[in-house]
Order: sequence, then structure tokens, then C-alpha cells
Amino acid sequence: MHHTLKLLLVLFCAAMLAGCASSQQWGWYVVDPTLKRGRINLTFLLAGIPWTIMLTICCVLISNVVGFFISLMGLSKNAVLLATYRVYVEVFRSIPPLVSIFWVYYGLPILIDVGLPPFPAGMIALSLYGSAFMAEIFRGGVQSIAKGQFEASDALGLSYLDTMRYVIFPQALRRSLPAIGNQLVIMLKMTSLVSVIGVSEVLRRGNELAVTEYRPLEIYTFVAVEYLLLVLLVSAGVRKLERRMGADERLGGSGVSEN
Amino acid sequence: MLDTADVNMDLFSSGIRRRRTKMTTNPILQMTDVNKWFGDLHVLKDVSLDVASGERVVICGPSGSGKSTLIRCLNRLEQHQSGEIRINDVVLDGNTANIQAVRREIGMVFQQFNLFPHLTVLRNLTLAPMRARGMSQSDAEELAHHYLERVRIPEQAGKYPAQLSGGQQQRVAIARSLCMQPKIMLFDEPTSALDPEMISEVLDTMIELAEDGMTMVCVTHEMGFAKRVANQMIFMDEGQIVENSPPSAFFERPEHARTERFLSQILAH
Repeated sequence: MHHTLKLLLVLFCAAMLAGCASSQQWGWYVVDPTLKRGRINLTFLLAGIPWTIMLTICCVLISNVVGFFISLMGLSKNAVLLATYRVYVEVFRSIPPLVSIFWVYYGLPILIDVGLPPFPAGMIALSLYGSAFMAEIFRGGVQSIAKGQFEASDALGLSYLDTMRYVIFPQALRRSLPAIGNQLVIMLKMTSLVSVIGVSEVLRRGNELAVTEYRPLEIYTFVAVEYLLLVLLVSAGVRKLERRMGADERLGGSGVSEN
Repeated sequence: MLDTADVNMDLFSSGIRRRRTKMTTNPILQMTDVNKWFGDLHVLKDVSLDVASGERVVICGPSGSGKSTLIRCLNRLEQHQSGEIRINDVVLDGNTANIQAVRREIGMVFQQFNLFPHLTVLRNLTLAPMRARGMSQSDAEELAHHYLERVRIPEQAGKYPAQLSGGQQQRVAIARSLCMQPKIMLFDEPTSALDPEMISEVLDTMIELAEDGMTMVCVTHEMGFAKRVANQMIFMDEGQIVENSPPSAFFERPEHARTERFLSQILAH
């Protein structure tokens, strides 16, 4: 799987380079590091990566924390909390992220009378969107844990909090790890949406360069490759984490001891 | 055959003596007219039961007779709707503090072991003493090693549950309960999920526990075990305690035809 991806990536780059050399449609000079103009453009494009990474990290952290606490409502037996949970998840899951970005950036300032800069506005919008999915992932993880684990904890006299903290959540987290990794990748790609409100991340810089250089083919290809590399990096990190946490309990849950 | 009968008679008489002394002391566990419904299904009907400290009660009966529900009411994994359950002079009602107090004094062993798969055997044993009893880690580990010795698997402390056999897992589960140093142990069909060759190692552990004077309530169909350790034999059917008698009477001359029929069925093979 991993090797297939690497192979595809190499083939993709090779095809691009070949296109660069042969076809008239390609004009790679715009990002050619041997040329002064290419170097300036490259620096400009690559400077978007830290923004994309920073926005992704913020959104993932916030949506994880918020999603976690929201999921607690979904796990309670209280009808009011359950209803609140349902409404939260349905609302934030249903609004397209682009719409919520516009709403937070253009709409919210009118409501609270304080303008938000693009970065925090985008961060809030995407975090809320992501938190609805995270909440569902956490809830599913906890509800997948066998009833016997709760009963054994009860029988041992563990409090509800201790049961959750030491028995249920560690198991639920391991089980949710693949889904959380998936969500991380989706969030990374979704940060490209905030380009529309002017956060100078990867796609925004590509947009700006494309309209001044008239070379959308090369520039958007470059942007696509940037995302591809970032996502491959994230996926590799998630896989490593899964192995370290021994996410596969069928192997005896012994990932920790075998390290 | 005669030999075992003699041994049984000895056990019976000691059991009877215990029952006599019980009359003068307060029972450690008392159920009075307990009723429970699952929706429209009346699963426990006016169940009353007294267990004195050190007594061993074995409950048997066909599936769906309410025996598991009865035992699960004793530490409030199930809630009863009427009647009174009093354990160690604490009344089990909706009061959370009471429930926690009772649960700290009662250990429970499940059919499916219910060990924590993400924790080592040692950590399975130390978690509750540390969190629910506030014991220090070194004390809890000392206690854990002591009970692992007792169930004869001291060498497995560092392993994860999935690396053990079913019999070993159930013995870890027993040790885990014992680490809370309970006054009463509940067993809910502890050998029903085990391969036949592993049943005896678990029963031996339970017999040793009984010989040490632990108060036990066991739901089991292991009648050899029951004859050996029980003071009170209970037969349940359709949510009622049909028969409650010392093992001598229970096995030799059951009062009710239903008990007799059940016994002949499970003792037939």
C-alpha cells in the first residue's frame, strides 16, 4: 500500500518532468529553481506550507477537544444532553464548511460587533465543522466497547470518571485511531477552503501567483503536489502512532510491550 | 461413592451449624421480598434470601430463571424495583454513595471474565485498589502479587489478558476481585465460557477460597463443586426461589418435583 503510493508519486513526478521537457503546454520556468524568477515564485508558494500546517494543527486540536466534550453529552443518559448533542452534530455536520467560513468571517462580526482576522475566522469555522465529526467518532469508539468493561469497572467500585479515564477511553481511543487519522487528512485538505477569505496558505498563494503569472497548469500542479506530500507525511505519522499504541488488539494488545 | 457421601455429610452438618448460628447474628447479605421487572417481564418474584458471613450459596436453575439477575442485583448492576437488599448493613437503593460502599465490599466474577484488555495483568489488579481504595502503587502491587500467587499465576503479571488461556484469564479475574479485599464474592457462571479442560483449575481456586471462609454466592451448574462447598442450595425457576435447602436435602430428597426434574437433567450426563 505504502509502496504503491510511493511508486505512483514517482511516476507522477516523472510524467510532469517529461511534460516539462517535451510539451509546449508546460512552462515550468515559473517554478524553476535555477532561474531568479522561478526561485522567487517557489519561495512564495512554499511559504504557504507553514500556514497550512499551523491551521491544520489548530483545527485538529480544537475539533478534538471540543468534539471530545461534545461526545460526553452524546454518551450521557440525560435526554436534554442527548438532544443537545444531536442538534450540535446535525447542525455543524450539515453546513458546508465553505458556508460556515463565510458566515464566521462576514456574518459573525455583524452579530458580535468585532471583526475577526481571516486566520481565526477560518480556524473557528473549520474547527466547529470538524468537532461534529470528531464527536461522532469518539461516541462510536466508546459505544463499541463491550458492556462487560463497564460492568467489571462498576463491580470493582470504580467511579464513573475513573471508569471512563482508565478503562473505557484508552480502549475507545485505540479503536478510533484509524478514523481520527482519516479526519486529520480531511482537515488538512479542507484548510485550502480558507483561501477564499485571504489566509495566505498553500492554495491562496497558488491562486495569487496563477493570476499574475498566467501559468495555472504548472502552479496548480505544484500546489497539488504540495498537498499530496503533506498528506503522505500525515498518513505515515498516523500509521506509526497506530503501531505504537498497539491499535490492533487482536494481536494481544501487546504493542506496548513489544516495542 | 460411599466415601464422597460421607464427606458430603460432614460438610452438610457444618453447613447446618452455620445456619443455626446465623439465626443469632445478623446476616451479611439479606434480600427481602425483592421484585424486578424488565418491562412487562417479571424476572424476580418476591425473592428473599439470607446469607451469613462465611456461608456459600449456590444458585442453579434453567436459563431465564432469573438467577443471573438475582446475583447482579446484589451489587446493583441491575436495579430491583421493590423489596429491600441489605448488604453489610447498607441498604442498596438509589443512593450512589451506598452503591459505591457496597461495591467496594463485594467482588464479582463474570462468565466472560471482563478483564481490561489494554492493561497488563498487574495493572488489571492494581487499578481498583489504587483508584477506589486510594492505595499506593507499591502497596497495590504487593497485594496483586500476593493474590496472583494464590491463584497460581505469579509469572503472568507482565502479560496482557489476550496472551493468557481462558482458565488463566478467569483466575486473573478472581485475583482482581480479591485485590479489593471483599467480604463477599459473587460468581456469575464463572466456568460456562471455559473449555472443559480449564474448568477444574478455576473451580479449584474457588474451592480454596471457600475453604478460607469467604462468603460466596455462585450461579453455577457445576454440581460437584456445589456438593463440595455449598451451605445453601437454591433452585430458581421463572423468577422464584423454588427450593432453598442444605445440599444434603437438596440432592437427596428435593421437596419440589421441578427441582428433581432439573437435577435429573443436569446430573444425567
